[in-house]
Amino acid sequence: MSFIEFKNISKAFGPLQVLTEVDLSIEQGEVVVLIGPSGSGKSTLLRCINGLEMITGGDLVVDGLSVHAGKKTLREIRQEAGMVFQQFNLFPQMTTLQNVALGPRKVRGVAKAEAEKQAQELLDKVGLSDKGEHYPAELSGGQQQRVAIARALAVKPKVMLFDEPTSALDPELKQEVLNVMLQLAKEGMTMVVVTHEMSFAKQVGTRLIFMEHGKIAVDDDPRTVIDTPPNPRMKDFLSHVE
Amino acid sequence: MQVDWSIMFDFIPQLIAGAKVTIYITVLGLIGGIILGVIAGLMRAYSGKILNAIDFTYIELIRGTPIVVQVMFLYFVLPVLADIRIDPMSAAVLAIVVNAGAYIAEIVRGAFLSIHKGLTEAGLAIGMPHWQVLLYIVGPLAFRRLIPPLGNQFIVSLKDTSLFIVIGVGELTRTGQEIMAANFRAVEIWTAVAICYLIMTGTMTIALRAVEKRMKIL
Repeated sequence: MSFIEFKNISKAFGPLQVLTEVDLSIEQGEVVVLIGPSGSGKSTLLRCINGLEMITGGDLVVDGLSVHAGKKTLREIRQEAGMVFQQFNLFPQMTTLQNVALGPRKVRGVAKAEAEKQAQELLDKVGLSDKGEHYPAELSGGQQQRVAIARALAVKPKVMLFDEPTSALDPELKQEVLNVMLQLAKEGMTMVVVTHEMSFAKQVGTRLIFMEHGKIAVDDDPRTVIDTPPNPRMKDFLSHVE
Repeated sequence: MQVDWSIMFDFIPQLIAGAKVTIYITVLGLIGGIILGVIAGLMRAYSGKILNAIDFTYIELIRGTPIVVQVMFLYFVLPVLADIRIDPMSAAVLAIVVNAGAYIAEIVRGAFLSIHKGLTEAGLAIGMPHWQVLLYIVGPLAFRRLIPPLGNQFIVSLKDTSLFIVIGVGELTRTGQEIMAANFRAVEIWTAVAICYLIMTGTMTIALRAVEKRMKIL
């Protein structure tokens, strides 16, 4: 069985059908880039993986765990699937070091000193060695997003989910976040990324999925389909992105 | 009758005794009210339909009736309907608990729900159970937003204790009335009573300002 498996899943918000009978398999080590017009269901698809949105039909299995198997299983899935949000969502009352150390302490039961040591190593990794004692409000957007990546990595996930991680950032700040993501991809991290950064998709993406009206319209190698879109809607979309 | 301000000082010991009763009812009542309010507020914000409906009914019943009527119920109606007899002091404390609890519930609910939903999602996404997210992430942020409206409620509850004059609790207002009934010094006595209330509410305000200053409102 694949690492992440969408089996005929649907998702509706009340009368609004967002995802319709989607089948999708993702293997470990893949870097899947999700694109599509707004309202096409790409963020929802991503948020179904860690159960932030509960699917309303079908089954979704992550590393052998079904999202339907109850709260405890859902928490196990979430520990395996780290998430990075468009709006960073750092905890404002905690320093960056505390932000990163919280997950391991509360979820993995790591002792405070050990959790903070690991948190410092992760801050080093994302290039923020000297920002551990700063509060999120004292950092730039790019720095905050890198802390958010470190926070997600701290729980030692097997897959990282990125929900438009650079959309809220100025062009020059985007690159510092993308660099961290590129590095992660090169280290072999499994990633599912909702983004409009086509250069990222070309550089490290192993698959590109174009979504339209709650369905997967295109699922192929990024380098091939970005240059020659197989579908007129996707061609139109890409012309607006690049 | 000539106004003689010096007469105020003769009744200081009596007024202090009355103020002590007022403080006693307020402190006990608010401790209970906070506990009840936090539970009821969190239930309103996060529980299922049935608990929510019970909670909503409680809050609307209390907010929709005057506190004097509520204490009358506790003191005069409960003995008749349910054969539960309580002394005036317990009825007074209980009235503050139940009354403040309803208002504090709405304050707590509002504060928790005002915290950006993305933070809850971020906590859940790292695998924390919902109660941990509320305890470690949303709670501390909501607490900072609770303080100003909570301070307001503390002052309202303290002044509401004056209404328990109707069931004969010997708090500050009742003490003032008793002194007045003996010497008819309305101006001096009611001025002294008002000053006593101002000292108590003023102390509360200063204490709450200090707490507020110590923490940034995020």
